[in-house]
Amino acid sequence: MARVVVTLPATARKGEVIEIRTLAGHEMETGFRRTELGVAIPRDIITSFRCTYNGVEVFRAELHPALAANPLITFHTVATESGKLEFRWTGDKGYTATHVAQITVV
Amino acid sequence: MTTRMTTRRTFLALAAGAVAAPALAQLPPNIVALRRAALDEAIRKVTGGAPVRTGRVKIDMPPLIDNGNAVPVEITVESPMTAADHVRTIHFFTEKNPQPNVIGATLGPRAGRARLATRARIADTGQVIALAQMSDGSFWMERIEVVVTLSACLEDGLI
Repeated sequence: MARVVVTLPATARKGEVIEIRTLAGHEMETGFRRTELGVAIPRDIITSFRCTYNGVEVFRAELHPALAANPLITFHTVATESGKLEFRWTGDKGYTATHVAQITVV
Repeated sequence: MTTRMTTRRTFLALAAGAVAAPALAQLPPNIVALRRAALDEAIRKVTGGAPVRTGRVKIDMPPLIDNGNAVPVEITVESPMTAADHVRTIHFFTEKNPQPNVIGATLGPRAGRARLATRARIADTGQVIALAQMSDGSFWMERIEVVVTLSACLEDGLI
């Protein structure tokens, strides 16, 4: 099972800009490496990441092999209303991971 | 005496050639030009040939990188991030990697602050580029030099 860690404040004032840190446990195999026998190791990476805030997309990223293993993505969003933020990672070999976080806006 | 001098010189030239040849065998001789072309192509794919100005974008990363496998990178773009004036996308490229693209992020006015932080693999000493597209369609970038002492994931000398 894919392991992900998302850090964001549980509560925020309305209109406040909050920082969201996301980390997905993944090797991000580049596809440029070879085994000791010279056989190319196939690419296996996370290719896209998406964050929605109460169903509205607020951030999206496409990832490439040049991103380090266990890709960390930190971004910001405006706390507009209480609700949930959904995070979704998708990648090669059918990889998907999701995470849902609640936020209370006062 | 003159004959011996010429002979030694010829020998040295041949020896130098013999040493250099196997090293070049792994990479095409025009690798620098190929990578530069790949980088230009990757940037053109984002901009669609539109002019790119320098400024408004700031790359924050260590100038001397001990380990190229996980290099912290922070990209900040000067923008009020309002509905009328905001950053649409931020792209990050490296010059010396087998593929120039690292990450391409899509933001919007709801981001509040145009800042993106991640960790990249940097193959070798060279340039890194951050490119941002504003809501008015203009492109801005910053290009900096970084030095890498332990390069990422290129142990077999592949491109």
